[in-house]
Amino acid sequence: MSIAVRQVTKRFDNGFVAVDNVSLAIASGSLTALLGPSGSGKSTLLRIIAGLEEPSAGDVSILGKDVTGVPPQKREVGFVFQHYAAFKHMTVRDNVGFGLKIRKRPKAEVKSRVDELLGLVQLDGLADRYPGQLSGGQRQRMALARALAVEPKVLLLDEPFGALDARVRKELRAWLRRLHDEVHVTTVLVTHDQEEAMDVADRVTVMNEGRIEQSGKPRDLYEHPANEFVMSFVGPVNRLGEEWIRPHDLELRLEPNGTTSEAMIQRIVHLGFEVRVELILDDGRHVSAQVTRGEVEQLELLEGQIIYVRPSRTTVFEHVSSS
Amino acid sequence: MRSAAGSRYTLRTVALGYLALILVIPCSMIVYYTFRDGLGPVWDALTDPSFVAALKLTLIAVGIAVPANTIFGVMCAMALVRRPPKHGTWLINSMIGLPLALSPVVVGLALILVYGQDGWFGGWLTENGIQIIFSTPGIVLATIFVTLPFVVREVIPVLREVGTDQDEAAWTLGASRFQTFRRITLPAIRWGVAYGVVLTTARALGEYGAVAVVSGRVAGKTETLTLHVDEEYLRFEYVAAYTTSLVLALLAVLTLVAMNVFKPKQHKEVADVDRGPPGYEAV
Amino acid sequence: MRRASSSTSRTSWECPLTTSPEAVELPARTGGSRRAGGLVLGLSTAYLTLIVLIPIAAVVAASFEGGLAAFWDEVTAPAAVAALKLTFVASLLVVLVNGVTGTLIAWVLVRDDFRGKSVVNAVIDLPFALPTIVAGLTLLAVYGPQSPLRVNVAYSRAAIVVALLFVTLPFVVRAVQPVLLELDREMEEAAASLGSRPVTTFRRIILPNLMPAILSGAALSFGKAVGEFGSIVLISGNIPFDTEVASVYIFKGIEGDDRAAAAAVSVVLLVLSFAVLAIADVLERRSRRHDA
Repeated sequence: MSIAVRQVTKRFDNGFVAVDNVSLAIASGSLTALLGPSGSGKSTLLRIIAGLEEPSAGDVSILGKDVTGVPPQKREVGFVFQHYAAFKHMTVRDNVGFGLKIRKRPKAEVKSRVDELLGLVQLDGLADRYPGQLSGGQRQRMALARALAVEPKVLLLDEPFGALDARVRKELRAWLRRLHDEVHVTTVLVTHDQEEAMDVADRVTVMNEGRIEQSGKPRDLYEHPANEFVMSFVGPVNRLGEEWIRPHDLELRLEPNGTTSEAMIQRIVHLGFEVRVELILDDGRHVSAQVTRGEVEQLELLEGQIIYVRPSRTTVFEHVSSS
Repeated sequence: MRSAAGSRYTLRTVALGYLALILVIPCSMIVYYTFRDGLGPVWDALTDPSFVAALKLTLIAVGIAVPANTIFGVMCAMALVRRPPKHGTWLINSMIGLPLALSPVVVGLALILVYGQDGWFGGWLTENGIQIIFSTPGIVLATIFVTLPFVVREVIPVLREVGTDQDEAAWTLGASRFQTFRRITLPAIRWGVAYGVVLTTARALGEYGAVAVVSGRVAGKTETLTLHVDEEYLRFEYVAAYTTSLVLALLAVLTLVAMNVFKPKQHKEVADVDRGPPGYEAV
Repeated sequence: MRRASSSTSRTSWECPLTTSPEAVELPARTGGSRRAGGLVLGLSTAYLTLIVLIPIAAVVAASFEGGLAAFWDEVTAPAAVAALKLTFVASLLVVLVNGVTGTLIAWVLVRDDFRGKSVVNAVIDLPFALPTIVAGLTLLAVYGPQSPLRVNVAYSRAAIVVALLFVTLPFVVRAVQPVLLELDREMEEAAASLGSRPVTTFRRIILPNLMPAILSGAALSFGKAVGEFGSIVLISGNIPFDTEVASVYIFKGIEGDDRAAAAAVSVVLLVLSFAVLAIADVLERRSRRHDA
């Protein structure tokens, strides 16, 4: 395992427990996402792995070596911050070459490595600019180049695209995945955006209130969620009492057939290829179904229409009662 | 709000008139009174050994107080912002703010009570043949006291604004804490430090009350430029007094220029507006 | 995307599969950084103690050397009382004037525009940069016996007020300027659209928002005024019971070897300084909160 986190807890001075007895193993060469809402402890856990925070209990190993208590300088981790943490008074070239200069590499080597990395992140020609003259997306790519320059064993990204607009975010997301495929550094990405996590990562670990809810492949989390939190976090979901139903698992029919419930269409929202149909059941509860454009046309659905719905798949979670 | 043009001119006239009466006219008179009797007396005043000695002593005091308080200022700002102590911050902040609010003669008295002959350290100092009061070290100490707050107070908000991200990034790249401080933190706060140094220097050059108390006022030996002004005036050597005043006033103008050069750069870091030197705001 | 060279591509690591990592014991370095931080704080505190705390403590100790009764005697000595009263009243008067003129000047600097405004703005800080003795000297020249304006207030209480007005000029201006700059114009526009005339708008909308800043600047100018020495000592004549301010009384006490008197009155000024710092701090925080 590249990274092994064992029973790590972080309690802050004010009593707040950010990370609660978390154990996690991250395979080398993988791209893992730590996914969760704000305050779930994912950033704190990442910073503990980097050595920027000390755990109150537990230990961390990187490539088999116990690094608990080892300062970040010696852990050989690359870290990318949400707000870039660019060295504003240095050029792009000096930023990217910083780690190499600290290690006293010869000037020629530093120059060639920086040029190589700038090409890798597609910032050629901007080497002599200052971070203030770059766009957000360019700054983050510079930050990545800077982190990769010293060949870290592990690359940690703390909500790296959080400060960028939606379109740039999507572009960089795809770009990061391609970069990872090429460079193969063990990477851990913290995000609150489930779409981003599912899109980019090999494995996703969902966290909530300092604890891990579930770890696994994106598809497994989506199709076999361990609990209600995971189910509602990784995708849209309808809840009817104890039953949890994915919007695309709600079948729409024009005629009842004994297993359907009656519902009225409140709103039809066209989102490109997908269409969301917002329904109100006869007992007053609201659900939404996700269908394709073709289905809408075929069934000739209209707002205000009465139709019949039936879940093709429901999930019910068992509650282990604490006796 | 669009004031009627008339009331705008009135306000402007009153404001500028007040400034002229209180500020501008008195300061311009320095030039007039210096050169009233021609260039000869001015030259005599500038080449007088006691003037030169006063200039030297002032420069010594400035040359020690400014670096000392700059080093202290940066260190203290780092301690207070990055690793604030759990208790006693109010005491530290009070000690830092006190030199701004305290009467200079009280400062002088305080130093005499500690370093004077019958002072707290007096016995030990006499035994070891060290003289502080009525001598250069006393003047330097007084200058350090009154100029203590400026660098700290200018650096603290800049340090807060800069935050820790850049430092943490440097650590993960392998830089030690000292390397990070030297290569990343210091450059990030450099305009705050520069502005603080300008203010410290200005105050050090202009201190009068505290050094008037601790100095022996021996002309040619324990006089600063400000004491020299006083001394020459009391001896009815008006041209000499005004000449020295003009030198100090020109240094003051240089300070204002430096302040206006560094202020926008410093405030770009803090995204704040014209707050003037510390003492104009209490935080 | 350009193909990375071999130095950047990584082969999969053979990760030692262990459930409980057999650690290669690296020395724990947790203490290192904390020690360094503590050292910096310790050195700073030591410097502050040596330079500021000890001398101040000496003043307080000296004033109570003869006991509480002796302290009280010194503080209530007629000349001391006269000096303190004069200082207090003059400073208060100056603060009131500054409250008005300072706000006015800040207003003109922010809301008005004219050639040379940036020079005027820079000049405001002159009383800070200029040595107090030089200020006293030139004020004496302009408003003393040889006054070209034929205004002679030398050796009178008016002289004290003039000197204090000079040295405290920047405080209210610099406290009010930033607040005025950030003031939301829309409030005034709303008031105007509701029929409020400029003066009323100023009184009811603008002034309340400026008040914390004005008071903060006023508190700081009060602090400066009560302790002021250099600009007053030449122009006032220093006549006891008439034009002798507290700082001059202290000075004379030191020169005349009457340390007890000097120390006692110093403690009064010291307490005033602390109070001013505390009040100005609170007020400045309030004025900042207003434009949040």
